[in-house]
Amino acid sequence: MKELSLHILDIAENSVRANATRIDIDIRETEHRLTFTVRDNGHGMTEDFLRTVIDPFATTRTTRSVGLGIPLLKLAAEQSGGSLRITSRHISEHPDHGTTLCADFDKTSIDYVPLGNMAETVCTLLQGRPQIDFVFTHICGAHTAELDTRELRQVLGDVPLNTPEVLDWVKSSLCEAYHNFK
Amino acid sequence: MKSLAELAAIRDRMKDKIAIREGSGDIRIVIGMATCGIAAGARPVLSAFMEAVSREGLADRVTITQTGCIGICQYEPVVEVYTDGQEKVTYVKMTPERAAEVVQKHIKGGAVLTEYTIDASNL
Repeated sequence: MKELSLHILDIAENSVRANATRIDIDIRETEHRLTFTVRDNGHGMTEDFLRTVIDPFATTRTTRSVGLGIPLLKLAAEQSGGSLRITSRHISEHPDHGTTLCADFDKTSIDYVPLGNMAETVCTLLQGRPQIDFVFTHICGAHTAELDTRELRQVLGDVPLNTPEVLDWVKSSLCEAYHNFK
Repeated sequence: MKSLAELAAIRDRMKDKIAIREGSGDIRIVIGMATCGIAAGARPVLSAFMEAVSREGLADRVTITQTGCIGICQYEPVVEVYTDGQEKVTYVKMTPERAAEVVQKHIKGGAVLTEYTIDASNL
């Protein structure tokens, strides 16, 4: 993947597949480090499956037996002197089930993959899954970019989040916030 | 942060349109958005489709959806176009530029761009 934001899109897709109704994407950045967390309330993974999840040959997909999303992200994190952690509570054992994935990176490493276009990742998620609650927060020093789809839905009423005009608004809203980051 | 008032204005504009839009949308564009698709560049392709459909004023007739792995990862980004009463068209190795062209010539103009379809692919 050329950008970390593409990994985030890919990982959030796992949450969607786990029937999550809410997905929190949280990015914290300092001068030297970037940490992102994707947290969902989906059905979670059993301890046995969690142990195998970094193996490329572990996947829930039935069409093929290879899943590369998490192994690729783990590689990207570890290559840049960072790490990947996943905790999960499976629906069969925990009423408050869900999965939390946390990856951190050393931004000064030559192998650090830039974050890239988060506005486009957020818009892609809303376009494909307008019914899910997404809570996005990116804090970088004194700057914040954030979006909570529950707030947008309160304003929008019956108008779906993936209406093109609404997605345009979301994109320019985030781009505006990111403009201040520079 | 852009104002929520702008969002409310969008809502008011869209309210009347939604009733019309439901049940229409005779063309469906489906974009593969699994790990393979994302790694190959599906995200900017999706954005390009959304922009071009809005720009050409086709939003009432066209639905854009995302799907998982279509099963031909080596040809990603893969885009399928479903039109009522016609055979499915599968575009492979898409780029944002090709996406804009497909919207203009195929979705709007009705002419399938066979040079970008899987049948034309000699890989």
